[in-house]
Amino acid sequence: MKSLAELGTIRESMKDCVNLRIDEHAVAPKKGARAHVLVCGGTGCTSSSSQKIIDEFEKQLATNGLAEEVQVIKTGCFGLCALGPVVVVYPEGAFYSMVQVEDVAEIVSEHLAKGNVVSRLLYEETVTDDGIKSLYEVDFYKKQRRVALRNCGVIDPENIEEYIAVDGYQALGKVLTEMTPEEVIEVIKDSGLRGRGGAGFSTGMKWMFTARADGSNGKYVACNADEGDPGAFMDRSILEGDPHAIIEAMAIAAYAVGADTGYVYIRAEYPIAVKRLQIAIDQAKEMGLLGDHIFGTDFSFNLELRLGAGAFVCGEETALMTSIEGHRGEPRPRPPFPANKGLWQKPTLLNNVETYANITQIINNGAEWFKTIGTEKSKGTKVFALGGKIKNTGLVEIPMGTTLREIVEEIGGGIPNGKQFKAAQTGGPSGGCIPASLIDIEIDYDSLIEIGSMMGSGGLIVMDEDTCMVDIAKFFLEFTVDESCGKCTPCRVGTKRMLEILDRITKGNGCLEDLDRLEELADSIKSTALCGLGQTAPNPVLSTLRYFRDEYIAHVVDKKCPAGVCKDLVSYSIVADKCKGCGICAKNCPVGAISGQIKSPFTIDPAVCVKCGVCMGKCPFKAIVNK
Amino acid sequence: MSEKTVIAFHETAEQAAALQKVIENHKGQDGALIPVLHEAQEIYGYLPIEVQQKISEGLGVTMAEIYGVVTFYTQFSTQPKGEFKIGVCLGTACYVKGSGDILEKIKEKLGIDVNECTPDGKFSIDATRCIGACGLAPVMTINDDVYGRLVPEDIEGILAKYM
Repeated sequence: MKSLAELGTIRESMKDCVNLRIDEHAVAPKKGARAHVLVCGGTGCTSSSSQKIIDEFEKQLATNGLAEEVQVIKTGCFGLCALGPVVVVYPEGAFYSMVQVEDVAEIVSEHLAKGNVVSRLLYEETVTDDGIKSLYEVDFYKKQRRVALRNCGVIDPENIEEYIAVDGYQALGKVLTEMTPEEVIEVIKDSGLRGRGGAGFSTGMKWMFTARADGSNGKYVACNADEGDPGAFMDRSILEGDPHAIIEAMAIAAYAVGADTGYVYIRAEYPIAVKRLQIAIDQAKEMGLLGDHIFGTDFSFNLELRLGAGAFVCGEETALMTSIEGHRGEPRPRPPFPANKGLWQKPTLLNNVETYANITQIINNGAEWFKTIGTEKSKGTKVFALGGKIKNTGLVEIPMGTTLREIVEEIGGGIPNGKQFKAAQTGGPSGGCIPASLIDIEIDYDSLIEIGSMMGSGGLIVMDEDTCMVDIAKFFLEFTVDESCGKCTPCRVGTKRMLEILDRITKGNGCLEDLDRLEELADSIKSTALCGLGQTAPNPVLSTLRYFRDEYIAHVVDKKCPAGVCKDLVSYSIVADKCKGCGICAKNCPVGAISGQIKSPFTIDPAVCVKCGVCMGKCPFKAIVNK
Repeated sequence: MSEKTVIAFHETAEQAAALQKVIENHKGQDGALIPVLHEAQEIYGYLPIEVQQKISEGLGVTMAEIYGVVTFYTQFSTQPKGEFKIGVCLGTACYVKGSGDILEKIKEKLGIDVNECTPDGKFSIDATRCIGACGLAPVMTINDDVYGRLVPEDIEGILAKYM
């Protein structure tokens, strides 16, 4: 790539094609396909066989003689993972959900050949009396604002020309030909962008510190794509859906801080993201958007992938760098900070995937534009991976300051099966719970810290009345104990002791003093552990103790688990009034603990019962309770 | 649960040549060890001590360092895996939706524990971290096949497909 003009030529030649999907008034381009079939190729939809659907589309289009007129495109995540596999047909923008391979023939013969949208397969929320409404008007998307995810589900991530058509590499060209490194840093600083990996440090400041460090022996930029928080998958979705946005942003960052080499440290558990990112790097190299003398300037930049190997602690910045260097991923004390001594003791800039995903937009639209989104101290948007007990599981991007209620009730569609919302967990093993009483909280970095949770990388797990908060705290501690690297004592030994106490409590052997012991241990670990993993490990326990202390007390004093989860504290019984005496429970009981006469109430023998819960699931009259 | 079976190390000439090539490709690179271990595990399916020794000699890295790295990262295994690798996701979203019960059911059906392999070398079980298919929770994988929205009753039928 020698010049911006060359980039412009590619953009213009592709624009009509991609516009068909973006602009609802677009007319079909003179050359190229008249209709586009977008099939989600994110991990969620791929898991529900979207590749087979793509193959079937290609087969059916060929049989119907439409192969030339209709283009099939595999995109990144649309966000509505609960409804996968997802297929969208343009120019109509018809959103087909939960598509099966058998449905493809009908979509081709009816919709694509004759222009009749197949109503029965449409996402029901998009169906109106007089046709279909745009996907972006349904509850799930209405309150979202897509900045980091703007190209996910729109372009083909394996085709660099489609990325260029949506203004890709424009920001890099602008930076290299019109701006000094200092000006770039000033824009990022002014935008108020904060690190999306969780801690929320000012991105511009980080860039400035790295730029100022002595780079005479080399300097690096790195991308943290080691998304280890269970339940968080936004970084993966960005890499799968828009890998070039990360490459472009890293090149901009390298120019700003004075680096010439970059590394993306990515989880090996994300094979699709690894593959697409590698394809994107190869394409960018081939076009001269990576390599020497980019856009004919003196700026050169090379980018390499490094695969993680399944260690959560490697998401911590110093551990990540130790791992790239080829060692056990153990953290090291800070200072010195990576901005001064990072990879191989040289100054290194490390940002998270989602942070990078915002950069090109800030450069193209300006800091002022970015500042119009969000709250006073948290600018822009945040992507959350919505999971757990919620109807619309998937990926959502919301302006900072959106309330939890809007996320759960409107975007998320509420709790399934008529259950009650109990809490939302953010920040994974480092975060905490937001109880139902705080559902109207406006979510940003500072509000979450205030209530004892944290933004974290963006996992948002919804819990209902059937979730035991003590059990959840134990689950997260098991995770930290397992993932503690063992380097410092507070984390290695302290979290283990906390887990033992929690284990005791869930087995009915706890006492009230245990709660004080938990808090005391938590305080010591928080103030003495070496890295972020240890310092935040007690948070799930502290926050559940803060908001659900009554549940802990029920476990230690009454020896009961109110949610009916902790097996040792639960006993199953049959409510005689509701039991019709059908005997289904007795037939299904694996240990023969249920007995009785047909047509009169059955009973469970607690001495034999193994508390597996099968009977409860099978009873047609909901006559079995576990309290 | 079953006794741990020790499977002796065997390698083919192709495997040895492939590893040699990997070592040559990476030799002298900064931070070469982890990429080499990834590729070696692709070739052999696991990283027995014999393979670690070859890498040690090839890259000039001490055995202590290599063993330390291999045992630090959960993706590296010193035990062979089954022909069909079962992974049960224990990420938060799956856990909240009952993946613990799914794992119990698989353990019960196969008679082996997590990180073990059936004596016939057919199945092995891993409890995996979040694989990011949270929309389909609870999720399990068997090699490249993904099964989502599971209930314990599904397990028998799914395993039968691979028997």
